[in-house]
Amino acid sequence: MTLLSIRDLSVCIGRLRPLDGISFNLDKGEILGVVGESGSGKSLTATSIMGLLPLIGGKVLKGSMYFDGIDLTTLDEASYRRLRGRRIALISQNPMTSLDPIVRIGAQIDQMASLHLGLSPQKARARSIELMEQMRIPQAATVYGQYPHQLSGGMKQRIVVAMALAADPDLIIADEPTTALDVTIQAQIVQILIDLVRERGLALMLITHDMGVVAQACDRVVVLYAGRVAESNSVEGIFAEPRHPYTRALIRCIPRGGQARGSLVGIPGVVPRVLDYPRGCRFNPRCDLAQPICYTETPPVHADGSAAVACHFSEVRAHV
Amino acid sequence: MAQPMHTLVRIVSTPRGAVSGAILLIVILCALLASWVAPYSYDIQNLPGANLEPSASHLLGTDEFGRDLLSRIIYGARTSLAVGFTSIGASVLVGLVLGGAAGYFGGAFDRSVTAIVDLTWSFPEILIALILIAIAGPGLHSTAIAISIAYLAQFTRLTRAQIIGLKNETYVEATIGLGASHGHVLFQHLLPNALTPVIVAGMLATGDAIILEATLGFFGLGAQPPTPSWGAMMSSGTAQIFIAPWIIIFPGVAIAGTVIAINLFGDAIIDALDIRGKLRES
Repeated sequence: MTLLSIRDLSVCIGRLRPLDGISFNLDKGEILGVVGESGSGKSLTATSIMGLLPLIGGKVLKGSMYFDGIDLTTLDEASYRRLRGRRIALISQNPMTSLDPIVRIGAQIDQMASLHLGLSPQKARARSIELMEQMRIPQAATVYGQYPHQLSGGMKQRIVVAMALAADPDLIIADEPTTALDVTIQAQIVQILIDLVRERGLALMLITHDMGVVAQACDRVVVLYAGRVAESNSVEGIFAEPRHPYTRALIRCIPRGGQARGSLVGIPGVVPRVLDYPRGCRFNPRCDLAQPICYTETPPVHADGSAAVACHFSEVRAHV
Repeated sequence: MAQPMHTLVRIVSTPRGAVSGAILLIVILCALLASWVAPYSYDIQNLPGANLEPSASHLLGTDEFGRDLLSRIIYGARTSLAVGFTSIGASVLVGLVLGGAAGYFGGAFDRSVTAIVDLTWSFPEILIALILIAIAGPGLHSTAIAISIAYLAQFTRLTRAQIIGLKNETYVEATIGLGASHGHVLFQHLLPNALTPVIVAGMLATGDAIILEATLGFFGLGAQPPTPSWGAMMSSGTAQIFIAPWIIIFPGVAIAGTVIAINLFGDAIIDALDIRGKLRES
């Protein structure tokens, strides 16, 4: 069942248009990976869904966003506030600064439960400690009374996840939840998120630039490039048969065991800035398949069931 | 100020903090317990015993109406501190809300608040106070209101600067992303984080406010007789300066001592919390 449906979403900030016709669906119980380099519009997509565009001076130019039948593009702020945290929760990027430094851990989780569920202080406390235990936080009752600076980064990120879960949301948007953590902790946090989705039947939109995390966690993937969807497909489809040159390049970037020294590859060039997106296909300056048409015509989206790709040469099968 | 007691211990363990803290404590206790501490009443006149020099029965002498100077100074502490603390307290509260809202919401509201606040800041405090007293008439209430308005600009600007620095913290976005209202974010998260430097600035301003109260009292615009006020006492002492100099000297010492103690204690807090940079942000 489709929980979140985004069709042809364009967002403008002033005269800039950092999101340009994004479409994807997210089903209940599904983990959707949203991947792309910095500046591709991943976080902005999250901001748009959360209705927080006005805070950064942006607005929806066209397109639609439906969450469980609710039209998010026309929702007023008061209704949105009842949605945020209660039905859609955002886990933001940096666990080190996502917690208020002068409020105790427990109180920060409690406030979510009391804000949305109207729980009494005692019930909120019991619930918070239970949540912290589910996050596999050792000695949850002690941590409940501590301040953020007393915890490690991994513990803080678990607290942030616990806060997001406090009001039992249907959809969690995790914006690079593991970027600031070291690799072993990353894997633990990702596993916690996966388990939550499986146990509770949540939907998770996992924003990341790490294809390794995508392979570990996701059911489906949307690859964003310069404010457009380059490709979307099931995770098996993406890795078995990437159809966009950018997706192929991303997959080539995953380090593999047994790889010879010096053979680690990157993608040459950088994501174009929103001010000077190239004409035609926005990947053309970095693409090894680029032909004259790529510099003049925006590639149409070839949709095929739940898969879609925006490339003039998506039928060309290059080896990965 | 996660651990206020710990900070307090650190402040009073420095010589400067200990001495200024002790003086402040004495002044505050005098103000609170004036009717028990003072040897005489502040308003009982004894004309034959006027202008007596300091002696065993009147430690600081008597004034031109024969009233005990020590008792009047002790009661005067009550006036000075009451005006200083209430006016600055009110000013800090309004400044927190006004500066907090201006810094958090920005836009036209911020611009108008900043413009008005900057305008009041371009006048000397004493001038603002004189204008307000000219409108509302002399007395302690007008003095307190005038002082709180005169100092409002400082706290509004300081709070605004703190909030602008804090509002881009990730936890603000995180809290909003989990459904908190703007009011919740501002009052539960931003203002508590911005509080420390504003309170310390308030502490330092209390010293200035006591001087302003004394100045207005000296001009006869503050506390009206027989309410003892250090400024008014000095003013009446000017007439007796050659025959009974203690009448003007001792209230002056009280003002100077209290204000210096407040400033030193405020400095000690600033150093203990290491927030000198934050206070300059406004």
